[in-house]
Order: sequence, then C-alpha cells, then structure tokens
Amino acid sequence: MKIHEYQAKELLRAAGVPVLAGKVARTPEEAAAAFTALGTPICAVKAQIHAGGRGKGMVKGSTQRGVELAKTAADAARIATGLLDQTLVTIQTGPEGQVVRQVFVESGCAIERELYCAILVDRQAGSPVLIASTAGGMDIEEVAHKTPELIITEPFDPDRGLSAWQTRLLSARLGLPAASWRAAEQFFKALTKAFVNLDASLLEINPLVLTKDGGMVALDAKMTFDDNALFRHKDVAALRDESEEEPAETRAAAAGLSYVKLNGTIGCLVNGAGLAMSTMDLVKYHGGEPANFLDVGGGADVKQVTEAFRIILSDKNVKAILVNIFGGIMRCTTIANALIEASKTVGFTVPLVVRLEGTEVEEGKKILANSGTTIITADGLTDAAKKVVAASKGLKA
Amino acid sequence: MSILVNRDTRVICQGITGKVGEFHTRGCLEYGTRMVGGVTPGKGGETVADLPVFDTVAEAVAATGANATMIFVPPAFAADAILEAVGAEMPLVIAITEGIPVIDMARVMPVVRASKSRLIGPNCPGVITPGQCKIGIMPGYIHTPGHVGVMSRSGTLTYEAVWQLTQLGHGQSSCVGLGGDPLVGSSFIDILALFEADPDTHSILMMGEIGGSAEEEAAEFVKHHVTKPVAAFIAGQTAPPGKRMGHAGAIISGGKGTAEAKLAALESAGIEVAASPADMGAAMVRAIERKNKKK
Repeated sequence: MKIHEYQAKELLRAAGVPVLAGKVARTPEEAAAAFTALGTPICAVKAQIHAGGRGKGMVKGSTQRGVELAKTAADAARIATGLLDQTLVTIQTGPEGQVVRQVFVESGCAIERELYCAILVDRQAGSPVLIASTAGGMDIEEVAHKTPELIITEPFDPDRGLSAWQTRLLSARLGLPAASWRAAEQFFKALTKAFVNLDASLLEINPLVLTKDGGMVALDAKMTFDDNALFRHKDVAALRDESEEEPAETRAAAAGLSYVKLNGTIGCLVNGAGLAMSTMDLVKYHGGEPANFLDVGGGADVKQVTEAFRIILSDKNVKAILVNIFGGIMRCTTIANALIEASKTVGFTVPLVVRLEGTEVEEGKKILANSGTTIITADGLTDAAKKVVAASKGLKA
Repeated sequence: MSILVNRDTRVICQGITGKVGEFHTRGCLEYGTRMVGGVTPGKGGETVADLPVFDTVAEAVAATGANATMIFVPPAFAADAILEAVGAEMPLVIAITEGIPVIDMARVMPVVRASKSRLIGPNCPGVITPGQCKIGIMPGYIHTPGHVGVMSRSGTLTYEAVWQLTQLGHGQSSCVGLGGDPLVGSSFIDILALFEADPDTHSILMMGEIGGSAEEEAAEFVKHHVTKPVAAFIAGQTAPPGKRMGHAGAIISGGKGTAEAKLAALESAGIEVAASPADMGAAMVRAIERKNKKK
C-alpha cells in the first residue's frame, strides 16, 4: 500500500525523524493560509500523488511543474491553482498522468548537500538494508546502473537496528562533516526503527538533505507498506487513499484478488502469480495483448471468482477472456461453478476460453459441459492461447 | 534416492486442526505420505484424520519421531511456528502459509541460518518425491517417478512444468517449491547443490520469475558446479516494469532483476531456456539431448 508524502512525513515526525514543518491544502485559499501560518520566507508547494518524479513532472496542457517554490502567500495560491484538480504527468505516472487532489505546502531550508537514502528488505541479505548514496535528488536507478560504486548498502537486524558504527561508516562514506555525524546517527537510527515498527516495504528519502547548519532533514519521503502486515497497523491502513488507485485494483484487493490493469484486449484469470505472469507471456507470444494480470490465489471461492469476472468485464477494452487454472488448493470444480454463476449474474459479452487442469479437473470439465454456456474449452496452454488470441480478433481458431 | 523427502520421512502438520491443514493432511495421507501427527496449541489430545494432535512441536517429535513438518499456521502466527519447529531441531521445515509479513521472516532467517534445520518456503506448494512422499498442496496425480529434478519460485507454474514433463514421458526425482515471498528459507542454489549430489536426479528444470537476482546467482552456480543438463523458464517476460515496487526494489542489484538480464545470465551458463511456458518440458528434453550428444 502506498501513501502520500505528507502522510509519510507525519509518520516519520512521530518516529523522531527530522522533517520540515508543512501543511496540506485542498484549495488555493488553504495553500495561501498555509504559507502565512508557516511563517517562513520561502515554501515549496508540492503536488501530492502516489508517484515520484514530481519535480520534473508537468501538468497536462500547461507549464506548471509538480513542485514549485513560493515566496509569498499569493505565489502559493497561484501554484496551488495550477496544480489542484489538474493532471500531473511524471516519469512514473505514464502518459495518462494522475489527478492532483491536494498539495503539501512545506517550509524551505538552507541546503548544503543533497543525498539519497532508502530502506527495503533485501532478498540476498535476508534482512532489511539501508542504502545510501551521495547522488541525492537523482534518478537512483540510473546511478546504480552507471556508477554502482556510489551506492552504499548496510544490512541490519530488525530488532537491533543499525549500530552506531554502521551510521559512522555511512557518514564517512557519504563525506559528511564530522560535526554532523551525531545528527546522521540519530537520523538513520530513527529511520530504520520507523521502517521496522511500521512494517514498511520501502522507505525512500530522496533527497536526504544536509542543511547549512549541519542538520539532517528528510526533504521528500516515499513510503509503501507490506500489505501482509496491515492487519497490525490499523492507523496506517486508514491512510489508504483509494482515489489514487485504479478503481478495479481497489475492488480486486477488497475481494482478496491480485489484479493489475494493463492496456491489452485479452482478459486473464489465473491461479498463482507465476502462472498468471506466464499466461500473459504466452498470450503475447501468440500475438495477443493481455488486458490484465489477475491471480485469484490459492483458496478462492465461487464468490471471489465471480467478482474476478466482474472486474475483468468492467474493462471495456476486453475482447476475450482466457481462464487458465491449474488446480492445487484451488479445485477445478470451484472455477467451473463460478463460471456458471458469473455467466448467470454477470453475463459474458465476450468469448471465453477455458483451460482447466489439476485437482478435480474431470468433474470441473463435466460441470462446464453440462451447463449449456458457450464456453470455448482448450487442451493445454498453447491451444488455449491460440484460441483466445483468435477470439479477441473476432476469428475462429 | 531423491532429495529432502522419501518414503521414510515422518511428517507432522502444524496447524492440523484448521480447515486447510486438515484438508491437505488428508491429501498427503492419501498420496501415501507417512503423516504421523499434528500440532495445534491448546488442542493436544484430540485426533484429526486418525492422527494424534499435540500442543507443541517438541512433544510431537518426542512421541512420533517426526523428522519433517508441514506448516499451515495462519500468517500472523506462522513465523513463530517456524521458530518453534527450528527450536525443536526439526530437520526439515516446509512452510506453506501465504502472506507472512516480511519483517517477521527477516527475524526468522538468522535463526534458521544458524540452525541445522532446512526451511523450504514460506508461500510455497511444498516438496514431493513422486510415488514416495508428498508434503504440501500440489495435486499428486500429475507427478510420475523419474529423474528430472524440478524447482520453482511459483506454485502453479511448477504444476504446469511437471505436467508437461509427465506427458513427455519424463518422470521427476523430486519437485521443490521454493516460495514466492521476498525472503524464503532455501534458494535455487541450495536445491541445485542437492540435485547435483543426488544420483537419482539426471537433469534439472527450474522456473524463475522477474525481480530479485536469485536466477542470476543460480546461473552462476550452474556454470561452475553443475554437470547435469539444466533447463529454465522465467515468468513475467512481458510484465511492465515498476508495477510491483518503485525505485529501490531494482537498485540493490544494479540493473539485475529484469527478464532480459535473467535470460542472458541463464544462456551464458549453458542453460536451455524455454521460449514460452508451453515449452518448459520440451526445453528440458532439448537440454538432455544436447548433453547426450556431447558424450
């Protein structure tokens, strides 16, 4: 789950991580009032969307950037007007962009240097790691690719956190002045603690700022959370902003399904993430374009599978649907019954190709055969893919 | 021979009184697995599927001589269940549970690494040695005894590969589901080493997916330490980048994690790469034939 920058900063502030004072605004008037209330000579007005690259991003149909500095309350109001209810396109939003519903008005600070830092769980290390780089404010993937030597990685135990010596090592390698090492130690320790205590899956500070007076400040904050741990963080779960999410993805998540919308014409309904990805690969291999990734999971019931069909069919681009089930926990009879239930309640307006294998496959096939629905059955993966690609183009396989 | 499990493996189920735990305990019994008991705290003394239920893993081990456990405990308590099994010095711990918080697993990993237990999973289908022992949720009938070792990060994709092998007349020595979570107990490399050392395994088929660098490391290991023919498939070759995680996910391995990087690494290690998921079994056959020609 993702949250907004201003929400991340509230969480970080509570965890003892230094952030600047700021206020969220939903109208130009609120932005102006926020500027006045903060009482600093300069403020940044920042679009709040669930995507990065805002500083270089631009509002559709204007020259307004996603982040701009304001020197007066009138400035803040003008920038807010340029952003609010407009569509911001950044490198991470894709060409369709995202609508800005709120801005964050944040006091400025005197920047000495911009650094990068992030925390995530590293598969290889088997533990969380803190990553830092002197290349702050930049596209970190590019840095990692071109100059991997500029990336510093420190693993840490979730309960012990970073040791003081690790923070000194980081400080030294980041070239921080010795007078700032204490501030850096406090910053990194608070940040790692926040990551663990909040069950974050990614905590990225870009840039992390060394201020003119030697302090450390998180100038930006991007936080995503481990969905599997939200059950023990009701306060974090309450920060979910559904308006930022693809409606179909939100709906799928509520039904316990894993769905990602794509731009093709072939709806896919599969059990298991690996098989779902492979099914997309296969559709593409045979000349089709998948409309979505959808993993119904291991233990889905008739109700969930019916909802999965509703979600796929709500995508108007879908011209045909491929169901690929290899039953393990999931029984083929469950899928068969769900198909019939869905055809009754939802009604299939596009051709449906079904490939079943695994637990209770014969019973499942029998249910479909006796149902009287116009389902195209397939034997094996290739047959299924060829049939659905043909059907999506209005042809017979 | 085989790896990890065979007809002598004595298995308990942690979480046996739950609906899913009981269902799959019965499934394993039907397959012929020597299930010897189960564990659910507070339900010691009950029986499920005619098997004794114990309060703790230590009691279950003492009473039944179990040397493997299959974990179906709900996600919030599953990490603790793994630690309990490791604490009882269970040689093989197979965690099926899906949805364990990653930080919980980060706490488990150092304990497992410092112990003598081998952990498979979590979020995996389990391990099967066809015709001998099935520990997990995979449909038994798709497997045939034979000599291909199979391992994968994805459950249903493993079934698909096994089914293709079976239809092509190639049985399996053992099949191992490594698990789809970021932190899992055993890697491709761990299992590759076991397959390489197992005289009954003549070739190896692996299914990876985008993200992380486990496949690249496996390719490197194959290059230097594996003499048997290896075939592989990478799932997610057409998945759009950045959909799962933002920046930091990709940076740790500096450009690794993409399907292209993985395919290149596999090919440079002489691994036969399946062009599509329908080609996995056939790719294994090609790898075996290629190796035979060289002889």
